[in-house]
This record gives sequence, structure tokens and C-alpha cells, in this order.
Amino acid sequence: MDAPEEPLPPVIYTMENKPIVTCAGDQNLFTSIYPTLSQQLPREPMEWRRSYGRAPKMIHLESNFVQFKEELLPKEGNKALLTFPFLHIYWTECCDTEVYKATVKDDLTKWQNVLKAHSSVDWLIVVVENDAKKKNKTNILPRTSIVDKIRNDFCNKQSDRCVVLTDPLKDSSRTQESWNTFLTKLRTLLLMSFTKNLGKFEDDMRTLREKRTEPGWSFCEYFMVQEELAFVFEMLQQFEDALVQYDELDALFSQYVVNFGAGDGANWLTFFCQPVKSWNGLILRKPIDMEKRELIQRQEATLLDLRSYLFARQCTLLLFLQRPWEVAQRALELLHSCVQELKLLEVSVPPGALDCWVFLSCLEVLQRIEGCCDRAQMDSNIAHTVGLWSYATEKLKALGYLCGLVSEKGPDSEDLNRTVDLLAGLGAERPETANTAQSPYKKLKEALSSVEAFEKHYLDLSHATIEMYTSIGRIRSAKFVGKDLAEFYMRKKSPQKAESYLQGALKNYLAEGWALPITHTRKQLAECQKHLGQIENYLQTSSLLAGDHHLTEEERTYFCQEILNFASQHTDSPGHKVVLPMHSFAHLRDLRFTPANAVVHVGGVLSVEITVCSQMPIPVRVEQITISVHFSVEKNSYRKTAEWLTKHKTSNGIINFPAETLPFPASQNSLPALELYEMFERSPSDNSLNTTGIICKNVHMLLRRQESGAALDSPSGVALEDGPHVLQCGDVTLAPGANTVTFRTQAKEPGTYTLRQLCASAGPVCFVLPHLYPLAQYDVYSQEPQLHVEPLADSLLAGIPQKVKFTVTTGHYTVKNGDSLQLSNVEAMPVLCHAENRAVIYSNAREKASEASLRVQSSDKVTSISLPAAPAYHVIEFELEVLSLPSAPATAGESSALGVTEAQRKHKDTPKAGHCMATTDHKVRRGWDCSACGGGLRSSCLF
Amino acid sequence: MVHTSLDVVDEKISAMGKALVDQRELYLGLLYPTEDYKVYGYVTNSKVKFVMVVDSSNPALRDNEIRSMFRKLHNSYTDVMCNPFYNPGDRIQSRAFDSMVTSMMIQVC
Repeated sequence: MDAPEEPLPPVIYTMENKPIVTCAGDQNLFTSIYPTLSQQLPREPMEWRRSYGRAPKMIHLESNFVQFKEELLPKEGNKALLTFPFLHIYWTECCDTEVYKATVKDDLTKWQNVLKAHSSVDWLIVVVENDAKKKNKTNILPRTSIVDKIRNDFCNKQSDRCVVLTDPLKDSSRTQESWNTFLTKLRTLLLMSFTKNLGKFEDDMRTLREKRTEPGWSFCEYFMVQEELAFVFEMLQQFEDALVQYDELDALFSQYVVNFGAGDGANWLTFFCQPVKSWNGLILRKPIDMEKRELIQRQEATLLDLRSYLFARQCTLLLFLQRPWEVAQRALELLHSCVQELKLLEVSVPPGALDCWVFLSCLEVLQRIEGCCDRAQMDSNIAHTVGLWSYATEKLKALGYLCGLVSEKGPDSEDLNRTVDLLAGLGAERPETANTAQSPYKKLKEALSSVEAFEKHYLDLSHATIEMYTSIGRIRSAKFVGKDLAEFYMRKKSPQKAESYLQGALKNYLAEGWALPITHTRKQLAECQKHLGQIENYLQTSSLLAGDHHLTEEERTYFCQEILNFASQHTDSPGHKVVLPMHSFAHLRDLRFTPANAVVHVGGVLSVEITVCSQMPIPVRVEQITISVHFSVEKNSYRKTAEWLTKHKTSNGIINFPAETLPFPASQNSLPALELYEMFERSPSDNSLNTTGIICKNVHMLLRRQESGAALDSPSGVALEDGPHVLQCGDVTLAPGANTVTFRTQAKEPGTYTLRQLCASAGPVCFVLPHLYPLAQYDVYSQEPQLHVEPLADSLLAGIPQKVKFTVTTGHYTVKNGDSLQLSNVEAMPVLCHAENRAVIYSNAREKASEASLRVQSSDKVTSISLPAAPAYHVIEFELEVLSLPSAPATAGESSALGVTEAQRKHKDTPKAGHCMATTDHKVRRGWDCSACGGGLRSSCLF
Repeated sequence: MVHTSLDVVDEKISAMGKALVDQRELYLGLLYPTEDYKVYGYVTNSKVKFVMVVDSSNPALRDNEIRSMFRKLHNSYTDVMCNPFYNPGDRIQSRAFDSMVTSMMIQVC
């Protein structure tokens, strides 16, 4: 005890507080013992069993020993716990019965009476025995010792209330032993006292809390009471318990606020609703903020004051508990909830005041944490603090916008007034931080002082935040902060800096397919690109935006108009073309060929009808729509015949294009499907199954790294193809939604034409669909005239006149009036002539075109049929009767030919184009190409 | 722009997912508090993520309510997935799912 005689100083709420123990009796004796006592007492922990099922704790006890005074004893109703003396000790080293009877007994009685008057039962009498003294008086006191006497006189049933301490200042085993007993006793008694008094206090406190529905109840009063308990726990180094007290207060208060919001207001709460006048942030550098505590005590605290104080206390305790990260986490929660509570309570707050408060608080918390952690610890726990950083950044940004610091012109007078008001609310800087260069207060003041300073601070914060987010892998958050930063740059009119942030964010969103953020970012990006004068990029972004369904009609129209304006303005500048991808502009839905089999003869007309869904919000006039066509000739000329083409192309002429998944080419969708195979492995010896499983054969495709470089909508991939073959359609207006565009073309050269690119151009702007997929092709063929001879029955019977169908395919040749078909007959099978023969002319698409009569002139050797006029690529069909004479020899090998047909043209310039062949079951004469099949008369004739 | 904050949430889910040894607890709790909204997350065993954004001034929504809402959502989602006509990855167009979500929203508001 340093100065036991000094009057008790006013309670100082610091860590230095210790439970109070009073000392009465022989002060000199105590003073001599005190050093050893105070040193020994906390040495060993003691188990503290608690009421209400709380887990027992080991605590190290320390005490503050003061001289006993009657004033120290609490008066009735005084609830102060910190000043509460937990134990009263009476010291004596009296060993003389006479002396005892004369003075000590009286003194003790007085002491006991005082204690009883205050109903204090926690006392202890210590008798110090001193060998040296004792020896002198051995003969005087033989029978009963003083100790026994005292026990007799005062501790009628509590003999443990009197302890003997033998030779306290010596260093012997006996001394040691007696010290130990004494200390154990002292600790036990102290704890008993704690348990009893704290229990009583807690009970009182609970009673008080139960009264909270009564009208006169005040939260502040209750706060003080419960805080007292917290202080005691803190004093006993039970920070956990102390924290619980504050958390309870916190929860109680929050509940009241919530109830208030629900219409159940408590009277005392209205006081917290007074307008916020000061917003100087949290103060965490002192263990106890007495100013705020006094405000609460005087019931003058505002909501922010109370919250700040409460949090400061919680923060202190958490730091004692070595849990700085919880501080960060709780701080964020606190700041959020305070903002909410102020809203809920409808407290009037000047604009920006809360932003200031939050900003200051964030930084204060961060600095406080930094102050108690080393660099490495900070770095490994960024995840906890980064929220505060980003919150601070956000708030600073808000302040900047509010005070006009984020504009080209700088703040106007109104902005300046606002700034001055805000700074006034900060008050003066607190003395604790006055000497710190980087205090939150100074930072904020500086940031608000000028445009440049604000920029510096804001950029610092933003970059720090982005860096932290990136380092812990929260790329998305980083991008989000980046977007804010981009917005800032845009306001500052430096779009080149903004662009990269926007592009970064956009890429991220695109890769993950977040539609709304994509739209929003694109809008920003469009503005940015416009400022930068990146025409091509701007137009591209505009086209994407014009086709974006997440935007309003007006916005889409605006962007669409932007493109059209550009298109109309730059019509005169030749050569330069802006090539944009088609998918944003319109979507090709289907493509239809007429004729349906997409086969057309040379000179024939083919039409391609495409259905295009325009994504634009308004009708767009397009000067030209072209499909570039790739032309290839196939070597195999047979495959180009109508027959083959008609046979092998069964499509109905409509090609549907799958609805594009754009604009969300989500990475998963582009992955190939899993190729899974079963796998069995048998043991080689007995063929039993060893292992079985599933193997994915295309792991390398699935697991390969996503190419980060592949930009998803870069214009680079689109190249305008300029081929010689192009389908064109001019001056089309594409209304929103489905449009049908028809291309007509006259087939020229035979071959296969593959549709490759679709391109819609308006002025210098071209929308290009680089590849048509699935493949759309049409074929152009050129055919020589052909004759088919086919019996109507399966096989021709000899002796009976039977009908044979003749089919003349005109091919590229136009049959004119007077052209005739000459058949050279086989003797055995003459063609019978009838007066009336009709021929039907069909168009290429098997539509009946006309009917005409035939004239057949038959001689011995030659049958001449004059054909009706028919245009090219038509079919003439007619039937003739033939009669096979039974006398004809029918030996396989060498036989007479049935007929030779030969078209004799009147025109000399037409060469004999080919030969005709007709066989029954006979061999072919004159070296004709033959495709004889068993049975029947199956002939194909080539002119 | 709540969507953007969801983005961050996803990140957090993946971060949490790694640390989460006991996969039985699917509810991730409060992920991302902002001044005006609270974002809650839930991840199924097949790593399908649900995210719920709640107005932070709504005091009726405690952790337990959110948790039960997520359970309901998960059940309903499982039903949708069990539909043989549903292609995973498509937009969910189930009327039952829709009405469930709507009823949940109404209940909250």
C-alpha cells in the first residue's frame, strides 16, 4: 500500500482499478507486511465458482488495500461497486492478554459494530505471531493464546474468520506454510465476497431491468448500473464477462430502437432523437471516454454519443481479449446499424454529417487496429479490414460529390457553405490525435479543403481498397470499386483513365453473364468512349445498348439514333467502313430457299428469304443487305445433275438458326459436352472384373484454362468479306421484331454456293454476321437433255401392245417447235402409232405447264416424234405403245437392239450431243453407255 | 446495382466454401452487409448458390427466418431440377417456383 492514509481519490476508471480491501487495527504491522502480501496474492489462481450455471473461472486476484474508514462503507442504496470494499481485515500482533483485554478487544468490538451497522459480513481478523516477541512472553501466556481468545470473543461460529500468520517477514518453512494458509484463506474469502456482492448487485440490476416498462425508467440510469458491473469484471480481468455486459446493453438499446420503429416508443428514447449536431467519429484511443460517459450520466447523450461510447468500450475489451478482427467486423456492423437507426428514429441529420462520422470512424478503427497489430498480422487479415476501407472510400466519395469536389469547375459557394458546416460539426481535434500526422480528423479536413487534396485522398483510398480486394481474391469487389473510380474519372473529365476500369469490370461481368451490371457498365463505357472519340468502339457499344432489353425504350432509342446519326453524317466519306457485329443489331432467325430443295439450274431464278429479328427499338432503314457467297465447283459432274440433287437434298428449304445465346456467352455454355465412357478392367488371369469406372475422354477440353485474353465482344474478329458472288437487297427498312427480306438471284455458273456472311449496311456502318451456321448452300447445275424410257408394267411381254413412258428432260436446251425425237427401231419391237398422242410438259418443279399433242411418224427403221415447244429445264412426258414381236431371238450376249433414238435437230449448229440407249434384256449396240438392269425395260437416254 | 454486390457475394461463397469442412451446413449467413441492404447466401451441395438481398431496415428478418426461407427456396429449386423437361442452365420458368418465391416476398413485405 503506497499511501493508506490518503483519502480515497475519486474513482478513476482505468485498468488500474483493483478490488478494495480495507485494513483496520495495527497499521504499522500492515505496512510491514504489505509488500509481501501484494506480491504474493496474485501469484496463484483461484477457481471462482459462479452462480446461474456460469462456468467456473480461474482468476488471479489482486487487491487494493486501503485503511479502514467508516465512510468507505457503502450507505444503504448506494450501488457503486467499484468503490465497494469487498473485504475488511483487522490486523493485530498482540500477544499479551492484558494488552488484548485493555485495547485490542475494544477496538475489535468497535470495528465489528461498525461493520454490523452496515450489514457487512465480509471480514477477517489476522493475528500475526512473532516468534521473537512470543519468546519473551512464553511464561506469561501459557494456556490460551490470543487467537483462541479472539475466536472465542468474535467468531462464535466462524472460526475460519481468524487467521494466524506466523513470522511473516522471516524466511522459513513455517513462515511459508503460514503464508500459504493465510493467502488461501484471503482468496477464498475475497471470492466469497465477490460472489455474494456481485450476485446481489446483479439481482438488483435485473430488478431494475424488469422495471423498464415503467414510465419513469431511464436507459441511461440503467446503463450506468450495468456498466458498473462491467467495470468490476474488467477490474477482475474478466474481460469476457465485462464484454457481455456491454453487449447486453447494446442489444437492449437496439431492441428499443427497433420497437420504437414499430411504433412502441419509450419516453427516454425520444431524447436520443434530438438532431445530430456533432459528428466527430469514434474515439478509440482512450480506454474510457469520460466526456461521453458524463453525457450519458447526465442523460444528454445523443444516439451517436451513446453508440460511440458503447463501441469504444467494446473495442477496448476486445483488444484486451486479443480479438482485433472482431473489432473491425463489429465496427462495420455498428456503422451500418447506426445509419439505419438514425433513419428509423427519424433523427434529423445534416447532409453529409453521417458520411463524415462514418468516414472518421472507419479510419479510427483501422488505425486503432493497426496500432496493436504488426504488419504481417495486418496483411494476413485484410479480409476483416477491407470492408472498412471500402466503406470509408464510399463515404469519402459521397462527401466529395456532396461538396462539389468532384467536378471540373470545383465547388460553388453553396458547396463551400456546406463544407464549412460539415467541418464545424467535427469540432476541434482531440488532444490524443493532435500530434499524429495521419489522424482521421486531419485527413478528412484536408480532403475537404480542396479539389486536389480530395482527389489525392480519394485515389489513395480507392487504390488501397482495390489492391486489398485483389490480394485476397475478391476480384469482383475490386472491380466494383474500380467502377466507382471510373465514375469519378468521368466526372473529372479524364475518360482515358476511366476506360480501363470499365473495360475490366465489363469483362468480368461478361464472363459471368450478369446482365444488369453489363448494361450499366456498357452505358458508362459508351459515354466514356464517346468522350474519347473512339468511334468504332462507341458505335459498337451503342449498338449493344440499343439492343439491350434491360434499358428503357428511350435509352435504347437514343443509342440507336446515335448510330443512325453517325451513319447519315458520314455518308460522304468513302472508303472508311465501320464494321460492327450483327448480333447486337439483329438476329437471323431463318433462311428459306425457293425452290425448296435449293437446287436451281443455270439461268434459273433462286430466291432466298431470310427472317431477321431486328433488336433495335425503332425501324432502321438499311441501304443494303448483302449475303456474300462462296462459290465452288465440284469435280464430279454427275452430282450436279438434277436427279442427284433432287434425290439427295431432301430439306424443305428452311434453315433455322438457333437463337443465339448472346449477349451472354457464359463460359460454361461454350464448353463441349462431357464425353463419358464406361471403363472395365479385368484381371488378366481369371478375367474377373478388377475395376470399373467412367472415363471422361475430353478432359483436356473441359479443364483447360479459360483464355483470359479472348475478348468476348471485340470487333477484331469481324472482317468484311468481299467476294465476287453476292446476294443483294437494297433499301430495306427493318422494323423492330421479325422482318422478311427476300433476295433473288439468277443462277449463272453451275456449282455449289455457300452463304457465308450477312451484312447490313447503312452508310459507312456495316453490321456483319461473320458466319452463317448451320451451313446454308444452294446448288446450280447445268444439265444436258435426257430421255428416259420406262415401261409402265414391270416387264414387257411379247406379243401384246404395251405402253412405255417416255420422259424427255430438256436440260439447258430449249425445245422449239419442230424439234423432233427420232428413235431408231429394233425390228422386233416397233412403236405403234396412234393418231392421238398427248404430251404433258412439266416445269422443273414438277408443275404441269402445258399439254400438247404429239405427232409420231413411224417408218421401218425410225420413229420420229415431233416434240412440242418447251423451255429449258422442263420435262416432256408422253406414252407410246410398243409391241415386242415374239419371234425375236432373245439370247443374251449378242442381240439386236431394240431401238436407237436420236434426236435430229433441224438446226445444223446443234451437234449430236449424245447418245441414246435403250435396252430390254439385250446388250447394247454401238458402244453406248448402258445401265442395264435385270428385268424390264429400263433405259436412260442421253442425247 | 444490387446485382453488382451479388457479384461480391459469389466470391465470398467460394472463399467460404473452401473453408467449410462440414458441408452439411448450407446456410452461409450474412455475407455482405451494406448500409441499405443485407445480403445472405446459401449454397447447395452441388454448389448452386442462392443469394437473398434484404432491406436492412426490415427488422422482422432475423437469421432464422432467412434460413428457413432459404430452405424453402432450396426445396422448390430441387423440385424444378427434378422436372425431366427442364434443361439445367435454362431460365427457370416453373410456375410453382415462381409462386413460391412470390409468396415468400409477400410474406416478408
